Amino acid sequence: MRRHAKFVVGGAVIAAALGYMIYAGVTQSAVYFVTPSELRAAPVAGKAYRLGGMVEAGSLRWEPRTLDLSFALGDGKTTVPVRHKGSPPDLFGERRGAVVEGSWTAEGYFKASLILAKHSEEYKAPHDGGQPGYKELMRTLKSDGR
Amino acid sequence: MIPEIGGAAAMVALALAVWGAVAAAVGTRTGRPALVLSAQHAALGVFVLVTACFALLTYAFLTFDFSLRYVAINTNLGTPFYYRITAVWGALEGSIILWAWMLSLYTLIVILRHRESAQELYPWVLTVMLAVMAFFLLVITVAAPPFERLAPVPADGRGLNPLLEDTGMITHPVALYLGFTGLTVPFAFALAALISGRVGDAWITMTRRWTIIAWYFLSLGLLIGGWWSYHVLGWGGYWAWDPVENAAFMPWLTATALLHSVMIQERRRMLKLWNLSLVILTFGLTLFGTFLTRSGVIASVHAFTQGSIGVFFLSFLALVLFTALGLLAWRWDALRAQGALDSILSRESAFLLNNVLLVAAAFTVFFGTVFPLLSEAVRGVKVSVGAPFFNQVNVPLFLALMFLMGVGPLIAWRRASLDSLRRNFVWPVALGALSAAPFFALGVRGAVALLAFVLTVFVAATISVDFVRATRARKRMGERVLPAMGGLLLRHNRRYGGFVVHLGILIVALGVTGSQAWSVQTETTLRRGEAVELAGYRVRFEGLSASEESNHFKVTGAFTVSNGRAVGVLQPAKKFYPQETSPIAGVDYRLGLREDVYLVLGDFAQDGSQATVKLQVNRLVSWIWIGGAVLTLGAMLAILPERKKPA
Repeated sequence: MRRHAKFVVGGAVIAAALGYMIYAGVTQSAVYFVTPSELRAAPVAGKAYRLGGMVEAGSLRWEPRTLDLSFALGDGKTTVPVRHKGSPPDLFGERRGAVVEGSWTAEGYFKASLILAKHSEEYKAPHDGGQPGYKELMRTLKSDGR
Repeated sequence: MIPEIGGAAAMVALALAVWGAVAAAVGTRTGRPALVLSAQHAALGVFVLVTACFALLTYAFLTFDFSLRYVAINTNLGTPFYYRITAVWGALEGSIILWAWMLSLYTLIVILRHRESAQELYPWVLTVMLAVMAFFLLVITVAAPPFERLAPVPADGRGLNPLLEDTGMITHPVALYLGFTGLTVPFAFALAALISGRVGDAWITMTRRWTIIAWYFLSLGLLIGGWWSYHVLGWGGYWAWDPVENAAFMPWLTATALLHSVMIQERRRMLKLWNLSLVILTFGLTLFGTFLTRSGVIASVHAFTQGSIGVFFLSFLALVLFTALGLLAWRWDALRAQGALDSILSRESAFLLNNVLLVAAAFTVFFGTVFPLLSEAVRGVKVSVGAPFFNQVNVPLFLALMFLMGVGPLIAWRRASLDSLRRNFVWPVALGALSAAPFFALGVRGAVALLAFVLTVFVAATISVDFVRATRARKRMGERVLPAMGGLLLRHNRRYGGFVVHLGILIVALGVTGSQAWSVQTETTLRRGEAVELAGYRVRFEGLSASEESNHFKVTGAFTVSNGRAVGVLQPAKKFYPQETSPIAGVDYRLGLREDVYLVLGDFAQDGSQATVKLQVNRLVSWIWIGGAVLTLGAMLAILPERKKPA
């Protein structure tokens, strides 16, 4: 029976250690999903959030030399200014859904450390609305050569 | 005509599968072999019909039959021939067909191999496999019909998700699904053992190789997925703890546990209940993984196939678990352990601990993956835990597993004497401990990295000790060194295949550790002629060019890379697909054993005068792919039929 007890104790120790690791892991890396309205209602500076919304038309500013990216994320009711250091990811753009991870700052903007563009895979009729000016863009590039 | 024929074929196949499942069960209950034979024919019929469905869908893709909704969504006139075939399983409906086809193939092979040998188990195995088959055919006919018509018929299709236009996308899903569906075989045998009451070791012996085969494909699928993520997605990583990745990783972990625990049952007649539970859990996790990835229940960057089939999968999962647990309870008395653990210092307890840790890892992955759902359901707020959680919790578990990888194969069964411990482990422990100093001198600083490197040396040393000792023993029998080594590998292919797999895992671990610890990156905007420097590399922007490909436009940057001497020209690109509203990055890289130079083109000026680039120097990543190759070779060695030992 003593051997049996040893295994029970061993198992309990492992379970306790695992439980503690999971608990510590969750408390340290939990990120809250919020909408712009929810964030506006109760912003806590320094807390980790994942903010989801629509990139507002006309709000996108991109400064290639300094890598400053700023835009506003909205949900139809309110908007939240977001700043990020780094180039906009693929599939990111105005009037498009995006999720940003980061924290609210005391200066009144959302500091994003990560941008996840959201893209829908719904059926779209081919060529509708996609990259209206991209052919022109290609032409300028081609004529320019190197 | 194609949609009608395809739809009808799927429906007939469904009826056959249901008939076969029932017939095999009734046949064996009432002692009528003719019914079991009829079930066998039904399984053959299912295979032929599903093959026909698959062929018809492929034909529709090759001929641009846009009257099929699925074809119109996943291909267009510009899609190259090659990707028109792989587009068949580029989204939900087609991938379920692929799944069903593989399952019907496995069923056929099981019939061929085990018709005679499995005896009482066989009809029940057939029942379970056909029942699972019927579920997938139900999904095909009701929830995700691939042969749905589209009216009016568009002139051109939308096109394949550009991220899937890659060779990795042919092999990745195929390997992964061969792994997933392959795990149905041990599950079917386990249930057959429970139903027939023959819960002895026969089912374990018969499914051992099936499990290794499924594990081999699952590993291959995970590795190719990592490679795809690394060279297509353009974030410079190979693993993101994304729910889709976790979905495949969980059954891999429990299948790995199973591969080890069956050895204890074979040797010591212990862990019957545990092994049955592991098989059921593993199969349940494959269904759960499909539910996660295909139902769109968790928003994910991979979620390119959202559908309304979540209910189907969840109900089936519930049915499977309910049935299996009921059977376990029913056979409870027969499942009680016959052997007992003699000592904590024994191979049994090392393997047991290995199992506990692997299942614990699977649990933490599960917990982290469903945490957003749980918190939303319970507290009404959506909270997610990201990569830091998974890393923090799993790293200690994986380090402990590495340690056991050294101990398990060499420690004695039953009870290890101090003397045998000394004989087996003095050298490995000493080598491991001594290696800390040179690693430290080489600049390995973090505790985790140092521990991982030291453990690698320790485990490699235990494997060497074993191999050298066994070779010597054969040499004393009069064999030469090389034939002795070859003979060992082939005659004890399961044991040494396992060792090679362990070596592969060690190499992967080195790659993961190194890339996590020492990779560096920077992002900057360069004017033409300007350069950026990182970790001894100098990357100069030479200009942009544009080109027209069959189904997209491409803007390519030219960057000369030097590292004291010229390294070459990297050409990262941005691809503009008409069906996508924004461009997709095309990464360029130079792989190396020490480090990879990895370049992603970001935003650029339309006149080509400047471009934003992300430059990464990723350390030791290549070792992940090398380790992966070693691992799969080892698994193949273990799959080979075992030679009978000479009497």
